[in-house]
Amino acid sequence: MSTTSYLLSGFGGQGILFAGKFLAYKGLVEDKQLSWLPSYGPEMRGGTASCSVIVGDEPVGSPIVSAPDVLVAMNLPSLDRYEAAVVPGGMIVADATLIERKVTRTDVRAFYLPATRLAGEKGLDGLANMILIGKVLKECGGFCRETAEAALHKVISARHADKLQANFEALRLGASL
Amino acid sequence: MAEKVLMKGNEAIAEAAILAGCRHYFGYPITPQTEIAAYMAKKMPLVGGVFLQAESEIAAINMVYGVSATGKRVMTSSSSPGISLKSEGLSYLAGADLPAFVVNVQRGGPGLGGVQPSQADYFQATRGSGHGDYHMIVLAPASVQEMASLTLRGFDLADRYRMTSMILADGTMGQMMEPVTFETGDIQPPPEKPWATVGTDLRRKHNVVNSLSLVPEELERQNFARYERYAQIEEKEPLWESYMMEDADICIAAFGIAARVSKNAITEARRRGIRVGMIRPITLWPFPRAAFRAAAEQVHSIISVELSMGQMIEDVRLAVECRVPVTLCNRAGGMIPSPEQVLCEIEKAAEKENCR
Amino acid sequence: MIVFDRPHALADLPMHYCPGCTHGIIHRLVAEVIDELGIEGRTIGIAPVGCSVMAYDYFTCDMIEAAHGRAPAIATGVKRSDPDRHIVFTYQGDGDLASIGMAETVHAAARNENITVIFVNNAIYGMTGGQMAPTSLPGQITQTSPYGRDVNQCGYPIRVCEMLAQLDGPEYLARVTVNSVKEVRRAKAAIKKAFQNQVDKKGFSLVEVLSACPTNWGLTPAAALRWIDEKMIPYYPLGVYKDRSAKKEDEK
Repeated sequence: MSTTSYLLSGFGGQGILFAGKFLAYKGLVEDKQLSWLPSYGPEMRGGTASCSVIVGDEPVGSPIVSAPDVLVAMNLPSLDRYEAAVVPGGMIVADATLIERKVTRTDVRAFYLPATRLAGEKGLDGLANMILIGKVLKECGGFCRETAEAALHKVISARHADKLQANFEALRLGASL
Repeated sequence: MAEKVLMKGNEAIAEAAILAGCRHYFGYPITPQTEIAAYMAKKMPLVGGVFLQAESEIAAINMVYGVSATGKRVMTSSSSPGISLKSEGLSYLAGADLPAFVVNVQRGGPGLGGVQPSQADYFQATRGSGHGDYHMIVLAPASVQEMASLTLRGFDLADRYRMTSMILADGTMGQMMEPVTFETGDIQPPPEKPWATVGTDLRRKHNVVNSLSLVPEELERQNFARYERYAQIEEKEPLWESYMMEDADICIAAFGIAARVSKNAITEARRRGIRVGMIRPITLWPFPRAAFRAAAEQVHSIISVELSMGQMIEDVRLAVECRVPVTLCNRAGGMIPSPEQVLCEIEKAAEKENCR
Repeated sequence: MIVFDRPHALADLPMHYCPGCTHGIIHRLVAEVIDELGIEGRTIGIAPVGCSVMAYDYFTCDMIEAAHGRAPAIATGVKRSDPDRHIVFTYQGDGDLASIGMAETVHAAARNENITVIFVNNAIYGMTGGQMAPTSLPGQITQTSPYGRDVNQCGYPIRVCEMLAQLDGPEYLARVTVNSVKEVRRAKAAIKKAFQNQVDKKGFSLVEVLSACPTNWGLTPAAALRWIDEKMIPYYPLGVYKDRSAKKEDEK
């Protein structure tokens, strides 16, 4: 597949937009064509946040992802809302700490990671998002240390450089599961 | 080549404006364009420029009027309801023949409407927006790269023709991030502005920046002169993208985000054997009439894809002068047509015109 | 020996103002001050919408004609374009400044925008033919208050200097009139201070000038001047409402 579309969804504050930005910057580092589109407006203030990312070799047409190849669901409403939209053969990565049910579809690959619990246990507070992204990278062609680090350097400003290591650890943890 | 960076469309406009030599920004917060103001608030002090949050949209456009009267490059940005407020000032800018650069990152309306993307200010932008006979140059970017490049072009056109140029974007274009490079090679320095009110230095007769003219013969003369300038612009400045039109039987007319969605639909339709292409106006005024006029000799029908109840479709129909049917494929109020919806319209057209 | 001449900053043109109107006096005072401070070459004036809409013809400095009420916003743009060089003044009537342009007025004052505002208060809309203004007096008969201004129905007049004096922003606020030689001299001193403040980068300075409108008041020119004393000044007392620098001097 030359183009991959990602839909990331969860509560505001779970780092949905940040995780999407990481994927976008990873595409930039790899010199891919890409787009990143957040949901915006009042719903961002603590409600549902979602983010469309498209990365590929062809110029991106519509930046809106309505039928994602990859769905990252960080809460139950997100899984309920978008499960049916995933393309057949696509992938769903869910935070099992916050989503008790399983994916009902049988034509997609589903992965359940207790990301929020793991983040708490491993001292990676607030990085459940990146644990899930680590898993996504692993299942979509493999986790590459160099591009992941390069993308983290771009998405994390110098002011927050102390967060680089934890983000990288979270990605690696996700990729190891 | 300049470095490729990842930026929101709104930020790309702000950065490009600074590169274009704009050192004065006046605005008032409104979703979904506030990133422009935030970027300017941060950057302007670092480049010796002025960022001022005005008390209203009305004040902001008049501050623009003041700086423009002194000959300097200046801008404001807003979203739909704010542009309605600025429309008084836009009319005065036109009447005083002042250059200005204005951004409308559209949201759904009318009224307070919503905050999701829309193209329902097409009429407002292309028909002048305020009172009186006038036009603005209206630029419709369809990527973050174009948000930047059309901003550079917008400042240049505004100065060259002494009028407002407006970026007519939508919430998607403003909020999305894409890679962008800032090519500064072809930035034009502003032309001489002997009309500017910067003080006479006691060396010349005073300059007056004014839109009042109480003698109707004189006011008529000014209007005719202004429309001669508009005629030159209509001849020289239309911009559009022709996409897969070489062998097309059906033509999509779409700008901005609607054109991006339509590209997906065109790819799928072509896979299904329908020869469909697209004309994407990049300038909405001047409207690329010649492109549509030529397409009308080639295609069986035109589908106008819009995030409105059908506004650009009127210009498409005027351009093709009833030679081919023009139909509408639309969503409104902040909704965006899906590629499937556009594909469905393409298939209907192909069925009807028997051109599969 | 020439003892009285036209100021250089005032154009040699017949003015369109009505007989007995005091706009001409106020124009002249502004022009004299511009001459005396030697700032004409770097001054940009902003004309309003109202009777003085064509002030842009009467001053020889560069001029801009504003949309109704927006002069302080335009002045803000002009000033910020080159704050060290540009001397910017607005010349506005009561409808322009205190009604449709109130937001622009208040916020320019709140920002202590370094501009000079000449506010001509004649308690009526002159140019459109004598309608009720935000400063029309209680009971005042106008075209749109034919039974007299009813404060229960359309509220009370606005005292602009007193209102703006509540803000921390402005530098200088004064109310003067021009209905006698003595008052004309006082008015000139206030206008000069308002321009000098700008030259000295002290900030927002507004001079409210109580002005006569015999035509729309339905009075002779002489009676109109008396009406200022008898009716306007009791409601709009003359005086300095704010003078930050002077206050600082006093505190020393």
